Amino acid sequence: MSQALAELDNVEVDYPRGPALGPFSLTIQSGEIVGLVGPSGCGKSTAMRLLAGLEAPTRGVVRRVTAKGDTAVVFQAPTLMPWASARANVALPLELDRVRRDDARARADELLDRVKLAGAERAKPAQLSGGMAMRVSLARALVTDPKLLLLDEPFAALDEITRRALGEDVHTLWAASKPAIVFVTHNVEEACYMAGRVVVMTPGPGRLAGETPVEGLLPRPPGFRTSEAFRHACERVSADLAAGMQAASA
Amino acid sequence: MKGLVNAIAPAALIVTLLAVWEAACRLLAVPVFLLPAPSEIAVAAVENAPLLIDAAANTLFMAILAFVLAAGLAFTVALLISTHPLAERAVQPLAVSLQVTPIMAIAPLAVIWAGLDHPDRAVVALAAIVAFFPIFSGALTGLKSADPDLERLFDLYGAGPLDRLFRLRLPSAVPFLLEGLKVAAGLALIGAVVAEFVARSGLSKGLAWRLMEASNRLETAKTFAALFVLVLMGVGLNALMRAAERATLRWWRGR
Repeated sequence: MSQALAELDNVEVDYPRGPALGPFSLTIQSGEIVGLVGPSGCGKSTAMRLLAGLEAPTRGVVRRVTAKGDTAVVFQAPTLMPWASARANVALPLELDRVRRDDARARADELLDRVKLAGAERAKPAQLSGGMAMRVSLARALVTDPKLLLLDEPFAALDEITRRALGEDVHTLWAASKPAIVFVTHNVEEACYMAGRVVVMTPGPGRLAGETPVEGLLPRPPGFRTSEAFRHACERVSADLAAGMQAASA
Repeated sequence: MKGLVNAIAPAALIVTLLAVWEAACRLLAVPVFLLPAPSEIAVAAVENAPLLIDAAANTLFMAILAFVLAAGLAFTVALLISTHPLAERAVQPLAVSLQVTPIMAIAPLAVIWAGLDHPDRAVVALAAIVAFFPIFSGALTGLKSADPDLERLFDLYGAGPLDRLFRLRLPSAVPFLLEGLKVAAGLALIGAVVAEFVARSGLSKGLAWRLMEASNRLETAKTFAALFVLVLMGVGLNALMRAAERATLRWWRGR
């Protein structure tokens, strides 16, 4: 039985330069993968920060049932500490939570192994490729075994082959502990492949433009990209995006 | 081949300039008190070597002492005021005033306050003032340079102020701090020499005193020799700081 882990209830965020988000509502159930799609500047990242508790809304309510360490974020860039090894980067959330250093680093090694980086524990970020650095970032996010994982355009800076490989890895990692995932992207195909439900936002200030459930199993079976369900979902999300753009310009 | 040419080019230029200088002095019979030939400067340097080395060591000691004092003070002040924007706003005008005030203008005061019998104290204080600003500025910029997304990550995991300082802000400041220290080391040496000039006391026993002494006696070759030692010291200090910066950054970045 799934339960609501986090909820944005009619939230609005205003910045000095103008309104950035809303009114916008979104509920994240435990164990689901939600794709959040919208044009640049529509407030996707702002919605993520609200869900993470890193920002407060100007109006509206954010409800979160998660405790400290239950929410993890992966940013668009790997956001690693350049002076620290992959192991130290991954162990950071545990060490900040006062877990014994040896235990934290042992757990970090375990996570690095799970993201296929065994042997790279001592490497510093500058010694890693873009894809490897993003895997370290993913391992750091998973090290606390979070209930809610927020991925803010995590593959935007990567090439297509690496994006697809990392997408499969995210599904595999998700299947192991089933955290709820919010996956922000502006790529319709990526959203429909990664998520079981795709929420489309209008141009800024972002509002709900539509919501599409994506049929099919997660992780995706081979050949899913050529399936009718995938094509249908992509068409619906594209239509929502177009409608959202039209509504915003009207 | 290109690397070899790059390495030889500066030395070749220096040798050529020295040869032209030597030839010009000999051919035009330039009086030695006006412009001595490089060979005469070399002779003066060898003859006065013990005296010049002693004076250079004294100046270098003063500069290093000033550098260490400035580094400790600038870093502490930067660390304290980085904790609160109001503190930074309060201190910044004072720090800028210190930076833009010519050292020559405050040197007489420093000499009086240090006591006329202790020009070395005034020299260290003045050199420290000159070296203070680049370290302060580098440290303060560095302490505020942490990646905003890393700051958010520390927020997310509920990091306390000490964790944030030691695990994020101090390591983030390292490249900026190294740059500040490199600039300050050169300035500390210049500051020490300028302060010795202003102190105008034989008690300071530094290289500037030897320079003044030689030029007052029209011993121009010895003046040049002292100047040459000063340049050599500056270049050596700069090379040392660059090497330390490179090595530290290699460790910091892992390559």
